[in-house]
Amino acid sequence: MSGRDAVEDLLRALAPQVLGALVRRHGQFDACEDAVQEALIEAAEQWPERGLPDSPRGWLQAVAERRLVDGWRSERARREREERVAVLEPAEPSQTLDGDDTLALLFLCCHPALTPPSQIALTLRAVGGLTTDQIARAFLVPEATMAQRVSRAKQRIRASGGTFAMPPEHERDTRLRAVLHVLYLIFNEGYTASSGPALRRGELTVEAIRLARLLVRLLPDDPEVAGLLALMLLTDARRDARATSHGDLVPLAEQDRGRWDRAAIEEGIALLTATLPRGRVGAYQLQAAIAAVHAEAPSAEQTDWPQILALYMLLERVEPNPIVTLNRAVALAMADGPRAGLELLATLDGDERLAGHHRLAAVRAHLLELAGDDEAARDAYREAARRTTSLPEQRYLERRAARLPA
Amino acid sequence: MKYMLLIYETPDTRELFTGAEGGELMGRVGAIMRELTDSGELVGTQALADPSNAKSVRTSGGSPAITDGPFAEAKEHLGGYVIVECDLERALDIASRWPAVRTGGMEVRPIMDVGGAEM
Repeated sequence: MSGRDAVEDLLRALAPQVLGALVRRHGQFDACEDAVQEALIEAAEQWPERGLPDSPRGWLQAVAERRLVDGWRSERARREREERVAVLEPAEPSQTLDGDDTLALLFLCCHPALTPPSQIALTLRAVGGLTTDQIARAFLVPEATMAQRVSRAKQRIRASGGTFAMPPEHERDTRLRAVLHVLYLIFNEGYTASSGPALRRGELTVEAIRLARLLVRLLPDDPEVAGLLALMLLTDARRDARATSHGDLVPLAEQDRGRWDRAAIEEGIALLTATLPRGRVGAYQLQAAIAAVHAEAPSAEQTDWPQILALYMLLERVEPNPIVTLNRAVALAMADGPRAGLELLATLDGDERLAGHHRLAAVRAHLLELAGDDEAARDAYREAARRTTSLPEQRYLERRAARLPA
Repeated sequence: MKYMLLIYETPDTRELFTGAEGGELMGRVGAIMRELTDSGELVGTQALADPSNAKSVRTSGGSPAITDGPFAEAKEHLGGYVIVECDLERALDIASRWPAVRTGGMEVRPIMDVGGAEM
């Protein structure tokens, strides 16, 4: 690891701690977050050249404080400050631990008043310690757009009375679910991009896994937190096998399983094994369990499909939605034959939530191919290729259509 | 999801915008653009010059041939675009509020993602 990478890792780890301490002292999340971001950028420029200061955290804290005071000195900032202080009361000074600060920050950044793109932007900046420019590049938007998302997010938090404190007990579960969803979205954005020209976006998976690990440390007894981390590890384990060197997607059944990351798989399975007996089975644990069954199978044929089918049935009960049913149809086809899968698919035809969705056509194409109905399969693959809004998926579906005998 | 809002205009569109209501209509476009900038939904936008400035390239006898003017005679032409990142409902709402809808129309198209899920 180069010095610059080591500095980046350190900065990302320190970012929420420094921000938490600053907000506890001054009570202005908005201004403090800007100040910490400036301090992080300064550190990223200076430390690799001049070496680490004696106390990196103290240095960041001091520079961020200075930036905060600089901000107050400007006339406009002073006026705004009065408004802010009125709404955003500082949390009570207490024997708060860094971990609690980080948790409170995560809850604040994933505040329900924000749209998912804003929650993602703010989480990556305030908790992840990434710069606006890095986040903008990862999401393929101009830096100004991302900067605006961050500042709009902070305005909305202020307007809706969000505070830097743990949400009350009765809200905690809903708010935690929002945090998990944001981390899941960050992971997915990175994972689906981890082929083709946008390789850099793959860093988002690393960041999402890092934040999920952090959350597991903070909430070791929550089975869904562990479930999400397990799901990320078990999915990310396939990253090197999921696409060819040209960026063409390789379906699960055809992946070279020797290239799956065994260490990640073992860690994911260990997490699940420790979590599952603790009761309260949630959607992330079930998805992770499904990924684990795949991970343990030597090949697609030797996969325990009845087990996967049972897990999808559970998942459908915990979180009913047509995409889960779609996946269950695949498992059913593998366990009981393609016709059984196609019959289940037919029940989804009238579902408005799936109307025109490429996944329905893609799964139907796959099952028709398994059933030996090449002509109908080809039509369905082509329809799925027209419908998808992903370039690699489109190429994959067109290839599948072309592969069928005419 | 990113969407491109393609702004289709007709010869009447310019008249509308330079006429009595022009100032107010431009104001409405400005307000939508401000709203999209402030919310962080705006990814990019450009207005295109009149189609009389266009040149077209198409293959003729195996090599590219350049001609003046737009590719095809049409009542409507592409006047510009706005790229936004939001959900479909919101993209359709923005398109419906665009003043050029009165003379031409707006087309809302999803932008292809460079990432994808293996199946």
